[in-house]
Amino acid sequence: MKSLAELQAIRDRARAQVDLREKSDDNIRVLVGMATCGIAAGARPVMLAFVDEVAKRQLKNVTVTQTGCIGICQYEPVVEVVAPGKEKVTYVKMTPEKALRVVNDHLVNGNVVTEYTIGANS
Amino acid sequence: MRELSLNVMDIAQNSLSAGASLIGVEVEEDAALDQLVIRISDNGRGMDEETVRRVQDPFYTTRTTRKVGLGVPLFKMEAEMTGGGLEVKSRPGEGTVVTARFVPSHVDMIPLGDICATMLLLITGNPDRDFLFRWQRNSRGFTLDTRELRGVLGGDVPLDSPDVAEWIGGYLKEQEEALKEES
Repeated sequence: MKSLAELQAIRDRARAQVDLREKSDDNIRVLVGMATCGIAAGARPVMLAFVDEVAKRQLKNVTVTQTGCIGICQYEPVVEVVAPGKEKVTYVKMTPEKALRVVNDHLVNGNVVTEYTIGANS
Repeated sequence: MRELSLNVMDIAQNSLSAGASLIGVEVEEDAALDQLVIRISDNGRGMDEETVRRVQDPFYTTRTTRKVGLGVPLFKMEAEMTGGGLEVKSRPGEGTVVTARFVPSHVDMIPLGDICATMLLLITGNPDRDFLFRWQRNSRGFTLDTRELRGVLGGDVPLDSPDVAEWIGGYLKEQEEALKEES
């Protein structure tokens, strides 16, 4: 069973590598559209895939969070990737499988998956 | 929605928008009463009586990017389809409580679905807010309180750090399995 003692160990480990966290200027934000339209279109499994994969790969510079409806409901699930000094990338009609590829190609290796972007799908 | 837990995700967004610092999600399943109650409560800015009435209307929304607000009306319809109902209680400055009651044996009942995934994403997606999750199934239940986790983690390790997210996901899964074993 998961215990609070285990959580304490996680805390101690995290504190030991606090230097990794300090470098927050390279922080990448992944925003998943979580309004009624996004959720109904399947945003939750997409966000879960991002959270799981980011945790698995220990990507400490990536924050996965939620955002509301940005008015393009027909393209949901919509995911925006915001990296410092770069133009925002909007991915549309996302799936958990596509999310894994975005983590691998875009978040880890810095290559935008052009075929999933709104530009390639509108 | 295909799962009631997706509605929970949706309704909780309203609490987040209302500036709540603490959001409660309660799921109470009672086989003997043939009843499922889902309650989402918050300490956000709340609403006056007129607004409480209007949030149940699909053509009301505070948003400006579109003209409809389907979250609450959809949840209400899903509850009423089973012979249950939905109630919104709110007071300006105090917060809001949305309670939906379902009759699980009804043919139009939508499954609860993966409520743990909903909670994991609400918590890790909003690490600056606190969540109190309670799931009661007949005589058994469990609680996850992020204020307690925060107490263990201290101020410098956020709830959305990868290892903590894995711990929360694992904890919820274990507790869910324990609940299901019993019933």
